[in-house]
Parts: sequence; structure tokens; C-alpha cells
Amino acid sequence: MLKKWKFALLGILILLILAACSGNEEETSGSGSEDGEEITLTYWQYAFDSKVSLMDELIKEFEQDNPGIKIEQTTFPYDQYNEQVAAQVPAGRGPDVINLFYGWVPSYVDAGYLQPLPQDAFPHEEIEDEFFPLVDATKIDEEYWTIPTAVRTLALFYNKDLFEEAGLDPESPPETWDELQDYAVQLTERDDNDVLVKSGMAWQPDQQGHHWLRDGLTYQAGGSVLSDDRKEVAWGEGSEGFEAFEYWLSFPGELGTSEQGFYTDDVTAFVTENAAMNIDGSFRVGTLQKDAPDLNYGIAPLPAQDEQSTNASFWTNGITAGVEGEKLDASVKFLEFLTSDEVMERWLEATGELPAKEAVAMQDKFANDEIYGPFIESLPYANAHFFVDESRERDLVIDAANKVLLNGEDPEEAFNELVESTQELFDDYWSDK
Amino acid sequence: MGQVNPTPDYDEQKKKKPERKDGHKPSIFYKLRNNYKYQKYIFIFSCLLLPLIFFIGIRILPTLFTFNVGFREWNLLSTGDRPFVGLSNFVTLFKDEVFLKSLLNTFIYIVIGVIGQLTIGIIVALLLHKIKRFVGLFRVIYFIPYVTSIVAISWVFQWLFMSNGFINDFLMNLGFSQQPFLNSPDQAIFVISAAMIWQSIGFQMVLFLAGLSNIPDMLYEASDIDGATPWQKFWHVTVPLLNPTIVFSSIIGMITFIQVSFTQVVNMSMDGSGGPLNSTISVVVYIYQQAFRQYDMGTASAATVILFLFIMSLTIFQMKVLTKKFDY
Repeated sequence: MLKKWKFALLGILILLILAACSGNEEETSGSGSEDGEEITLTYWQYAFDSKVSLMDELIKEFEQDNPGIKIEQTTFPYDQYNEQVAAQVPAGRGPDVINLFYGWVPSYVDAGYLQPLPQDAFPHEEIEDEFFPLVDATKIDEEYWTIPTAVRTLALFYNKDLFEEAGLDPESPPETWDELQDYAVQLTERDDNDVLVKSGMAWQPDQQGHHWLRDGLTYQAGGSVLSDDRKEVAWGEGSEGFEAFEYWLSFPGELGTSEQGFYTDDVTAFVTENAAMNIDGSFRVGTLQKDAPDLNYGIAPLPAQDEQSTNASFWTNGITAGVEGEKLDASVKFLEFLTSDEVMERWLEATGELPAKEAVAMQDKFANDEIYGPFIESLPYANAHFFVDESRERDLVIDAANKVLLNGEDPEEAFNELVESTQELFDDYWSDK
Repeated sequence: MGQVNPTPDYDEQKKKKPERKDGHKPSIFYKLRNNYKYQKYIFIFSCLLLPLIFFIGIRILPTLFTFNVGFREWNLLSTGDRPFVGLSNFVTLFKDEVFLKSLLNTFIYIVIGVIGQLTIGIIVALLLHKIKRFVGLFRVIYFIPYVTSIVAISWVFQWLFMSNGFINDFLMNLGFSQQPFLNSPDQAIFVISAAMIWQSIGFQMVLFLAGLSNIPDMLYEASDIDGATPWQKFWHVTVPLLNPTIVFSSIIGMITFIQVSFTQVVNMSMDGSGGPLNSTISVVVYIYQQAFRQYDMGTASAATVILFLFIMSLTIFQMKVLTKKFDY
């Protein structure tokens, strides 16, 4: 008798588990309707207040202009974005249109997660004609997989008050490599124990530092990071790459103007006026206005050497692989709307990110703006590195810096190791293409 | 587990079969209504069922599934093939210096952490056991860190140990030189361990206080009569009788150390991922990076399997070595 009950209970249990496991298989997100009623698209982006609220407004307008299409916005914190995407997608709850950091796109394409943008709606010539050339960082296998609304560039942020205190003209920020070093030294203060009290130049390889080295300094020295076909790491060819690496390390190294982790990170140090200069992105402007409204700072294009260059990066929109039919048409419409000139202008005003189309960005009202001007000015010569593995490539740069700064390794050796290990990542990426 | 301890009374009832006067076979509902045995089982099983389903669904099945994933090439984002690749993920792992480093670091975290928190926990508990006044106040003070957010504590420690932070200021006032602490591949792991130990003292203290209050006073009185020194009393009375607590504490401590070596490391290490130069990376952080930064579930699961074996063998080792019976 007892046994029977045990079996019955076990049966119920198994049934329950099976039911729990096989549950929502049919229910994919944003279930599109076949009979022409209403199509619901799911749009994912990371949670960034100004972006989310602007997107809410834009969605309302889009829905008014396109009856029959409904858009649902889902957001995740930046830190958990990949994790959430990764966790939800295998469960069949992915989005139809997704906003991704451009550096992640190769991995997503590789995994078969995205579909190429339909060429009739987004012809290659038109993209290449209208958008800044840096968008080709997500052109893979001769296809554009994503298209951005806005881009960001790096520039030099400097504290005008600290400039004056050090006897420097707050209206003439450094323009060359030498000037930057010179200014940094003058702005640095150390106490009797030789402890850094004020840093002339914030320096943090894990924040924007590695981008500054890769897309800024290397190209400024006349070098390049990748070969044209993006298969070979050309960083170590010629002496320019190493020159840039040495220059980059001179701030925490022989100049002693900087320290990693000074006031925990570069942004904190700059906001608390403990660092006089920092290399940061246009996306930081909003944070500074909110967190440090009294900070008297200026922005200038990155100090350059032989050539001008800066790093650009962007969040970009793609359509996921399974979307087809009416839903695909609706997704394309939504993407066209997101990349329209009008949305780009509003995006700049609301989020501080720069328009991705040249004609929109270079309008006088934006190019002459005191804050956004320097960022926009740098757009035509900006580089967006083609990442095959963003987090590992970043770690390799950080490790190379630490080997020299903390372990006293020979800079040339550390740089060569950096180039070699980066090449390994690229070899690995291209090996199955 | 799950066994019912029958009382004699219950045993008698068990033998009784449900009967009906007309001699028909009793129906299920009749049995349910009238039989103590069935009711008891139904009650127990229905109480156990939910947690059981939860436990199987959330713990057991995923664990078994991880073993499966560990033997496959499994890209998290891909929906295509997930071919079986045998032991290749494990081979990759053991060739990966970072993974080996993370194993070593985890071992260091555990050794320093468990010894540290047990020692300090016992000391604090012994002191608190001796005082009569303000015991509650001290208990609260020592316990507060345990219920404080790990992230907050990590950031406070980061500021304390900053190059121009409080600790360095203090050291320099005493005439020492400035220390890099979290910025140094040699020191960072100890600073992070210290933060973990400090946070878990409160928990250990509570366990040991409970253990201490279970030791009968007469044993101390007897040893007083025998002329034992305080040191002898500690080694020959307190420690042996605290042994079950020590075993429990060290196993719990070890397992939590393996778990929290994630949050602390991510929030305290220089680059947020176990730096500088992987000197603070733990296995859990490594697994997280493989899974959610590299999307390589295969390797991540293989590493999880290794961690599972690692924890299991450590636990068995501790139970075998530390568990001894002491009777007085």
C-alpha cells in the first residue's frame, strides 16, 4: 500500500517537473500575428536612464505613425546585459531588435544570433555614404549586421580651476603629446613623502585607457592595430605601436603623474578634483552634469602626434536571427525610424551621444557646441577597433601595462607579448571562417 | 533522511487495516479519511513535496546538466549544434595558466580565510563568554559586518587601502613606506582575504558562543581542582568539546569562502576581474568570465565540475580528519 502511494507521488512529481520544464516552449516573446492584426516587437537595450526614457517617447511616436506595430522595451543593467541576453535567449525569450555594444557584435554574429540587415532597406552604398566610416566595425562577411543611432568618441577632459592653480591657461589645453606630458607634470602634486596628492593625468587602463592606447595613441604615432583585412595584428610592425605603448606608460611610469586606482578610478578622481585631466568619452558629459554640476571643466580633442586620431565606440541595433515575414518588415521599419536624422538629433540632446550620420553630426549647431564640438570634431578621424573578443583584448592590454608597472618587466617584451596574444585571439576567431 | 520515527503507539495503529462492516474492499477515500498512517504520510509528503521539487529543479537537475555541458562545445549564444567533444574542455582548462592560477588562489583564499575566521571567531567568542556586561552590545557590533552588503564593504575597503587612503596614511605616520596593497600582485589577495575574514567573524562568533555555552561548567571546575593552567583548560577541555562546532564552522566557512570570493574579488580587484595580473582571480570569477564574457559554456561547466570535485574532496577530507569523538 505504502509503495503505491510512493509511486503515485513520484509520478506526480515527475509530471510536475516535466510540466515546469516544457512549459513555455510555444510562447516566444513578442508573438507576431499571422492574420494582420497587431505585431509586437521586443526591443532590448541596457538600462541607462536618459536612453530608456527617450526610447519610451520614441516608441510612442513610432506606434502612432505605424498602427499595427507595438514595441515593448526591456532593459537590463549594463553589468548584467550579456548575462541576461545569454540566459534568456536559449530559453526562447529573446528580443526581435536588440541594442548591442559594437565590440560584442562579432561574437553574436559568430554564434548565429543576428541576421544581416536586409540590403533593400539598408543598401551598403547608402550606409557607407551617409554614416561615419567607423560603423564598418560591424561589417562582417561583407554584410552589415547592425546599424547605430549614435556614436561616442574620446576626448580630453580638463579641470579649468586646477589649470589656473598650476599657472596654466585654462583656455589653451594641450594639443600635442609633448604638451600633454608637460601639462601633466605641472599639474601633479606630491607631498613630502613623495605620495601622489593631485594627479596631473588620470590613468586607468581598464576604463577608457585601453581604447586611448589602441585607437588613439597608436594611430596618432602613425601605426595601426590591425591589417586591412582585419586578420593580422599589425600593432608590432614598425616602431609606432611600441612608441605609443611607451608614451602611454610614461604617465604612471617615469613621469609619475598618475597612479592606477588613484581615488579608486579615473572618473572618481576627476569628479572629486583630485585629477586634473582625464581621457573620457562623450557619454560621461551627462554624468558630470548630474553628479558634479559645479565642476569647472573643459573638453578638447585628444592631443595628437603625427596624425590625429581618437577612439570611437557605439551601441548599435540589430535584428535577431529568427525574425521573419511581417515581423521582419516591422523590425526594419523600426530600425529605419531609429536611424532617421530627426531621431539622431534628439538622441544627442537627450543622451549626449553623437549622431552616427555625418551630415547630421557636422551641422554647425552641433559642431560649434562648447561641450559636444570637440567630440564631433574628432569623428571624421575616429577609429573603432574591430574586437573579436572585447573583454579578453582589454585584459591583455591591462596585463601588459601591469607587467611593466608592477612586475618591472621590460616594456618591449610586454608589448610583444601583448601583440602575440592578441594575434592568437584573432587566429582563433578566423580559424573557423 | 526522511524516515519517520515510529512511536510504539503509532506502530500499533499501523498494523490495523481499515475495515468496513460490509466486508467490501475499502475505497481510497475511505482509507484517507480513517487511517492515521495514510494521513500522516500524505501530510509529510505534501509538506516535503514543494521543497523537494524546488531542490531537484534548482539544484540537482542543473548540476547533472552541468556535467553534460562540460563535455560539449557549447556557445551560449548559439542555437545550433552543440557537439560532444569528450574531455577536450578539461584539457583546455589544465593548459590555461589563468585557470591554474585561479585554482591556486581559491586554495589560498580558503586556507587563509578559514583559518583566519576560525581563530579570530574563537578568540572573540572566548572574550565575550568571559564578560558579563554589554555582551549584547558587543555581539551586535561584531555581527553587523556579516549582515552588511558585501559590495558596500568591498568599496569601503578599497578606499581604506587606496594608495593615499587611511591605512597608508597610518603606516606612513608610523614611519613605514607607502604600500600598494590592492595594486600589487603580491599583496592584493591578502587584502581581499582580510575583508572576507572581517566580514565573517560575526557569524563564527555566534557559532562558537553557542558551542561554548554547551560546555558544562563542572569540567572547568574539575580541572581547577586538578590544578590546570588556563592554557591547559583551553587545549584539553574547550577545544575538544568545541570540535563539532569547529568542523561545522570550517566546512561552512570553506563553502562560503568559495562563494563570496566572487563578489569581493569583482568589487575589490583593480580591474574588476581578478587583477592585477590575475593575482586575485578565484575559480568562481574564472567560471563567470568564461560563461558570460566568452560565452563558452563548455569550458565554464568543465571548470564547475572541477570545482565541484574540489569542494567535495575538501569536505570529505575535513570530515575525516577533523571529526573526532571526545567524551568526558
